[in-house]
Amino acid sequence: MAMERFLAHRLAVAGLLVLSVLTALALLAPLVSPYDAEKTDLLSIYESPSAVHPMGTDSLGRDLGTRILYGGRVSLTIGLLTAAVAISLGTFVGGLAGFRGRWLDGVLMRFVDMMYAFPRLFLLILFGVVFKGMTVGLIVLVLGALSWMTTSRVVRATFLSLKHRDFVEAARAIGARDRDIIVRHMLPNSIGPVVVAATLGVASAIISESTLSFLGLGVQPPTPTWGNMLKDATSEMGQAPWTAIFPGLAIFLAVVSVNFIGDGLRDAFDPRRTR
Amino acid sequence: MGRYVASRLLQAVPLLLGISVVSFAILRAVPGGPLAAYEGNPYVTDADLARLEQAFGLDQPLHVQYLSWLSRFVTGDWGYSLVSHQPVLALIGERLPNTVYLMGTVFVVTVMLSLPIGVLTAMRQYSVFDHAMTGATFAFLSTPTFWLGLLLIIVFGLQLRLLPLGGIATPGAPFDLGDRLRHLVLPVMTIALVQLGSHVRYLRASMLETLGQDYLRTARAKGLADRVVVARHALKNAALPYVTVVALDVPELFVGALVTEQIFGWPGMGRLFWDAATRSDYPVLMGVLAVSSALIVLANLAADVFYGYLDPRIRYS
Repeated sequence: MAMERFLAHRLAVAGLLVLSVLTALALLAPLVSPYDAEKTDLLSIYESPSAVHPMGTDSLGRDLGTRILYGGRVSLTIGLLTAAVAISLGTFVGGLAGFRGRWLDGVLMRFVDMMYAFPRLFLLILFGVVFKGMTVGLIVLVLGALSWMTTSRVVRATFLSLKHRDFVEAARAIGARDRDIIVRHMLPNSIGPVVVAATLGVASAIISESTLSFLGLGVQPPTPTWGNMLKDATSEMGQAPWTAIFPGLAIFLAVVSVNFIGDGLRDAFDPRRTR
Repeated sequence: MGRYVASRLLQAVPLLLGISVVSFAILRAVPGGPLAAYEGNPYVTDADLARLEQAFGLDQPLHVQYLSWLSRFVTGDWGYSLVSHQPVLALIGERLPNTVYLMGTVFVVTVMLSLPIGVLTAMRQYSVFDHAMTGATFAFLSTPTFWLGLLLIIVFGLQLRLLPLGGIATPGAPFDLGDRLRHLVLPVMTIALVQLGSHVRYLRASMLETLGQDYLRTARAKGLADRVVVARHALKNAALPYVTVVALDVPELFVGALVTEQIFGWPGMGRLFWDAATRSDYPVLMGVLAVSSALIVLANLAADVFYGYLDPRIRYS
């Protein structure tokens, strides 16, 4: 049922299609492009888009399109992994708060409030400065550690509503252990909102990574990411606007696709909700 | 109501204390610490470093350092910038108005645009206007703030040459309202368009849900004009989730402001934080973090108080 409803959401299907194409292009980058992403060519810097370089070249004569393909590998990976970290953390904290309740619930939710009140980008910048440019793994951990709160609230709310439902009480009555109740009965019933939160998490992680890299604190050059390709855009956009436009367009396409998919999933899992 | 606000303000105190403890711990965890700036300097010997450490109290245990920071902070002594040696309070006092001026304008613009757009798209669901607006808001929602800023500069600043590329006013020129406003347009558009996306979407969704309720049919059945039904009955109820989103977006507003201030060279808090972070200027960082988180907590409180006005069923105790 959920599958059918998702497929009926045309924009979501379109998003899935675009994202698949982007992913495939990034994975098959060496086959799609004849250029090397990191090899500089000082005789052809800032060439405007042409048949030879469909998206032009950058300040070091590198083919912009090729760098976007390879950058996609890094940016998309960070998006997916970050969402995975955030969802795991959020599900764990939210599940614990919702299932155990009492004082632990209070403590954990006040902690969530506190995390919400932190200006997130400020913390990211601090970490970026501390680590002098971060590796992919570190970015994933830091971004993940700063974006689990929404999931934890969602999971807590579903757990609270499930906790005293008959099938859970029944499981408890026949002597099921807490762990089994959570894993077998409660988690599968909260999968819908978690999947939606995960999808939207991917979108916001891609944006966060690109913002961080744009500020020069993310993944360091020469490894291209969609964000760090825009790092020098402010000084370059006068003479070579394409260097500022195309990488951002890639971010936009990926994020808009993921958001459409999230929208479709939300409708698919929650049929009562009208768009 | 007065008691409720007072009790919420009291609850905010431990929250803000928690935030300051975490900020303090993170800043102290930085390798090198506050004296890192001096370490590469050949004129500063190890003995000097040790003396500085003692003079600044950095050899004390962490909790003692924190308590001494806190006790001075509450009396208005926020320390001095390690870079410019100006008092932190004065630095923030200089920058905060610029950020509030930017964020306030963005706030007013987004609310004034998202209210009518959200209501109209819901009333004319699936019309051309609805599809166009829903598409546009979705697009802006998916655009990184900094890239939108770059695009706006390229189009309106570099290609059309209509608007200034950055800054808060033309340097050296006497105060001129028109000049101020021209400098405000692009930064405000940059943040407002991104925020508008999520606000319109929430308002539209909750309006749609409210418009389908029985009491609205009753209101229409007793002959009330459409405008009255929407304005007095539907909007007031539909606005509840909208207010939450607007308030929860205040941290996002800060983020947008930091990036936007960076791109447009706007002398605000975001820039101050950025400069302090890249130069390890700890006293300034602590000050900016404290002020920003206090603003965020206050915004959430304001939203909760506004709930009471919108929905009399909510009782505060």
